[in-house]
Amino acid sequence: MLPSTTPRSAVPELRLKLFVAGDSPRAREAASNLARVCEQMLPEEVVVETVDVLEHPDLAEAYRILTTPTVLREAPPPVRRATGDLKDADQLCAALALYPNRPTT
Amino acid sequence: MTSDVQTVAKHPTGIPGFDLIADGGLPRARATLIAGTAGSAKTVFATHFLASGIVNDGEAGVFVTFEDRVEDIRANMRGFGWDIAQWERDGKWAFVDAAPDPEEPTAVIGSFDLGALLARIERAVKSVEAKRVSLDSLNALFVQFPEHPMLRSELFRITTSLKRLGVTVVFTGERTNEYGEVTRYGIEEFVADNVIILRNLLDNERRRRTIEILKLRGAPHQRGEFPFTITSRDGIIVLPLSGIELTQSSSSIRVTSGIDELDEMCGGGFFRDSIVLASGATGTGKTLLVTQFMAGGFEAGERSLLFAFEESKDQLFRNAAAWGFDFDDMEQSGRLKVVNRYPHAMAMEDHLVEMQQIIADFKPNRVAVDSLSALERVSSLRSFREFVISLTSYLKLKETTGLFTSTTPSLLGGGSVTEKHISTLTDSIILLRYVESFGQMLRSIVLLKMRGSRHDCTLRQYTIDGEGMHIGEPFRDVVGILSGNPTFAHGVDES
Repeated sequence: MLPSTTPRSAVPELRLKLFVAGDSPRAREAASNLARVCEQMLPEEVVVETVDVLEHPDLAEAYRILTTPTVLREAPPPVRRATGDLKDADQLCAALALYPNRPTT
Repeated sequence: MTSDVQTVAKHPTGIPGFDLIADGGLPRARATLIAGTAGSAKTVFATHFLASGIVNDGEAGVFVTFEDRVEDIRANMRGFGWDIAQWERDGKWAFVDAAPDPEEPTAVIGSFDLGALLARIERAVKSVEAKRVSLDSLNALFVQFPEHPMLRSELFRITTSLKRLGVTVVFTGERTNEYGEVTRYGIEEFVADNVIILRNLLDNERRRRTIEILKLRGAPHQRGEFPFTITSRDGIIVLPLSGIELTQSSSSIRVTSGIDELDEMCGGGFFRDSIVLASGATGTGKTLLVTQFMAGGFEAGERSLLFAFEESKDQLFRNAAAWGFDFDDMEQSGRLKVVNRYPHAMAMEDHLVEMQQIIADFKPNRVAVDSLSALERVSSLRSFREFVISLTSYLKLKETTGLFTSTTPSLLGGGSVTEKHISTLTDSIILLRYVESFGQMLRSIVLLKMRGSRHDCTLRQYTIDGEGMHIGEPFRDVVGILSGNPTFAHGVDES
């Protein structure tokens, strides 16, 4: 994890947590919207961990999650949060401080 | 309950005075909205509700904060003696920190719900087996998220879920005006079962706090506004005035006034649980009357308590010594207590609460207040009347004899606002009046009323010397003393 061991050109792995409340249509929509952005627009390796707050309210407490669905950018910094069905991909990238590939590249 | 009407079970809050005006407490396993303007003590109420559950009933509580930081709440409430951190360690108190983090704002993209909040609250309730939940304040949520219809339906879902868990819920919500719509965002719509309003009004340049139960669905309660105060010893204290039953003097036991002749005029002394008002212009001897009342009680082996609002302790003790009474000695024996206060130092409600606490601690047989007029000057008429009602009923409850003094504004004649508003609350009234008589001022005393007893109705002359008050013969040839226009009838003594 030391910066010196990471090659300058390499993009660090992006870790996200998606908090949902049970298996609702909105949860599924947020998950698929998030997956689409990650696969199609982001250059880096993305790990998305989905947390069901109904099963793990302790995690919702630990991360101080209020609303569902909420996506949390855990690492690398900055830590960012966005809530909703995440329909708008550009807004999502802006909210999480991500720089998507331009469609032209 | 013997009533055949179906009533909602009540959950006693333990907040002093509140359960009396709410006829037993908040509806059990329901949600109640506490609405008030900024600074109306909503958070204190929400905290007190949980604290008294822990202290009085061993019931655990969950505090959901949408606004204040958890550390701040812990620190702020220490002032009331509520050690939240300790309760957390004991598993009696759990926080759900739902305050927005300024470092990590949450962007809103599309529709969402409060599923995570609900899951966290349910988890906290189960983890400490809470019986009470406070949510403070919902406005912060409405400010943070513009999706108000969603918030309303989600909060309804949360209250429904909490009711199912059997917990009694208190929400707080902010109002913009003291009178007008209940809350800014119509929060009452989803917790409409019960609404309580806290007010923090400016009344004659003084803050006056009141509490009103707007509705407790399906449950009886007292109507109207009740004053309340906040003390560091007890938190919120509601003064349930109309909940007080005004009882008249019922004791037939007599106690001494401290002046033999006055005892005679009264037919053997004051009744033990009666309230006596002594009215007179400045210099007529009201403080002397109080001094002798205190000393008389002391000599009879009673405990005597004096609340002095006009003169300093030094002054009072010096005066007493001049009349031959050693207050220092009496106080050292522990059966006399003199409490000195500036009327301006506190609001009337605070004076009342403090006086009740001192009475409860000292357990006097007799109490004197010198003077009520000094207190009247610093309060509104309404506050003052409420104060007198509360104090007199408290004294009667404790079977304590009370002597209050009132200063009349004019030297001759009399009738003060104080008397006008409290004369019906007292059992006996003594008037002290000046009488101008051929170049000298004489003093007269008359027992204007004495409930439940035959008494002397004559106007008597009295003198004051190094041994106190001496009441002499009735004035037989003067008319118009009470109206302030004494005229001397025929047969004037020419010597």
